[in-house]
Amino acid sequence: MKALTEKSVVAVFRGSAFLSAGAAALILGFLLVFGLPLFREGRIFSLVTTMWAPAEGRYGILPMLAGTAAIASLGVVLSIPLSFGAAALISVFAPRRWGRFFRAVFLMATGIPTVIYGFVGIFLLAPFVREFFDAGSGLCVLSAALMLAVLVTPTMTIFFVHGFDRTPRSYLQAVDALGGNDVQKLLYVILPGAWRHIIGGITLAAGRAQGDTLLALMLSGNAARIPGEPLESARTLTAHIALVFAADHESPEFLSIFVCGLMLYLFSTLTVVVLRRLEAPFRRQHR
Amino acid sequence: MRTTSTRIFTPIFALWTLSFALLLFAAAQAFSGDIDMFKGEKGIIRISGGTAHIPVMKEAARRIMAANPDINITIAGGGSGVGIKQVGEGLVDIGNSGRKATPEEIARYGLKLFQWALDGVTPVVNPANPVKQISGDNLRKIFSGTITNWKEIGGIDQRINLYTRDEASGTREVFFGKAMKKQKIAPSANVVVSNGAMKTAVAADPYGIGYVSVGHVDKTVHALVLDGVAPTIENIKNGKYPVSRGLFSNTKHTPTGLTKKFLDYMFTPEGQKIVAEHGFIPVK
Repeated sequence: MKALTEKSVVAVFRGSAFLSAGAAALILGFLLVFGLPLFREGRIFSLVTTMWAPAEGRYGILPMLAGTAAIASLGVVLSIPLSFGAAALISVFAPRRWGRFFRAVFLMATGIPTVIYGFVGIFLLAPFVREFFDAGSGLCVLSAALMLAVLVTPTMTIFFVHGFDRTPRSYLQAVDALGGNDVQKLLYVILPGAWRHIIGGITLAAGRAQGDTLLALMLSGNAARIPGEPLESARTLTAHIALVFAADHESPEFLSIFVCGLMLYLFSTLTVVVLRRLEAPFRRQHR
Repeated sequence: MRTTSTRIFTPIFALWTLSFALLLFAAAQAFSGDIDMFKGEKGIIRISGGTAHIPVMKEAARRIMAANPDINITIAGGGSGVGIKQVGEGLVDIGNSGRKATPEEIARYGLKLFQWALDGVTPVVNPANPVKQISGDNLRKIFSGTITNWKEIGGIDQRINLYTRDEASGTREVFFGKAMKKQKIAPSANVVVSNGAMKTAVAADPYGIGYVSVGHVDKTVHALVLDGVAPTIENIKNGKYPVSRGLFSNTKHTPTGLTKKFLDYMFTPEGQKIVAEHGFIPVK
């Protein structure tokens, strides 16, 4: 009887695992099938290497690739030190009660809807960026990346904290016994054991940063050209999909958004693969 | 903690009460006149598309739903392209567009067009901008990226930030065709997704210039006088102001039932009064 229950539980879990993995595969298939006409004529290559000028019959998505790369990477890079500091505060430096308080705050922050960040960005951040740097309209790569950093920091922080908290108590006590301070504890004992979680947190944040649509749509300005500097307007792949989705179904504009989807898929797969590689050496060391 | 929450919640509560009061008022008003045609009806009307239409649609829907709670009307944006596409594919009952559907679209989807208002599209700047009028030539130079500083047309020595609309926008098509005379808008222009978002963007940017439906102009943005002609209702009606267009509601095939009644309502004196109250020009 017990064996049967256990078996069915295993079956259910395995089923849901297959289902979610299958969904990812199905999405890829869907993108490939709809993008098929583009592959057949070899147009996909020219589409990802040319500019967007629908009025002249050119539907290249190169500016959007650049936009996503710039905004997502800048956002993640900005959020790493933020998350690192926050995590260090929560699990090492802050007194126990405060640590618990901050952790609760960060947990709650992971659930704040993106649109809220977007509004804060439009009404507070964009005018500030415009006046502070005295350039452009404030709707630019930097504004989007800053807000994106704020968006992904809580998630990343929680990951880091989980990694930090896994350090065995005896190690920490050993540091105390040797007269080491908190900074030494963090740098030499806690950090080396937490790499897997740190990289896991960055992976998740990078995925979220690439996939985010609303913040980029609201804050990056959406000009379809390659940004030359962080204060210029840029358009991400996701924002492009949202902007063009509306156009005529049969149009080449519409076809190009499937290429955008494919590129996003490729981007996030690549990110995961690269980061997993980075993490690999630590996998056996700290089981 | 308590004081901040009170400070935030008092206005929200006031708004809430006010909207209820307005609803009651509207309900009382609705017991007479054109709204009677919805008596005994029930069902859902789904509307999407043009963002210029939204204030009028919302008001009409509010009155109808207040008079008859069995009717549910949903209104979404998306732009004219979305409206035409969604109604054509049967996803919504009414697809709004701020441009006339093309002959291909009409043929492909079997669209029926209902123009219930006339509207203009006007270039707008931030109210703080000293530039209050512009020539058509300079407007085209600005939007095509030739003129990049306000001082070149008599403004302050500051960069010009361009704002344009997305691919699906009927407002953009009209602006592109009649104000830009099909001259390309610079790719450096920021892109926003609705008339409302355009207004917000220009209202927040002292160096910005964009364009909106005349019905959406309020004191947060300044409508530029174009070639000496102000985009007023009078000038649009008599044809002096050239950048004008119809506001359309489209259906797939000839409308029936509740959808037909909704469209009929738009052409009643009450419906047309809503149109006028929102700054558009009634067709009747």
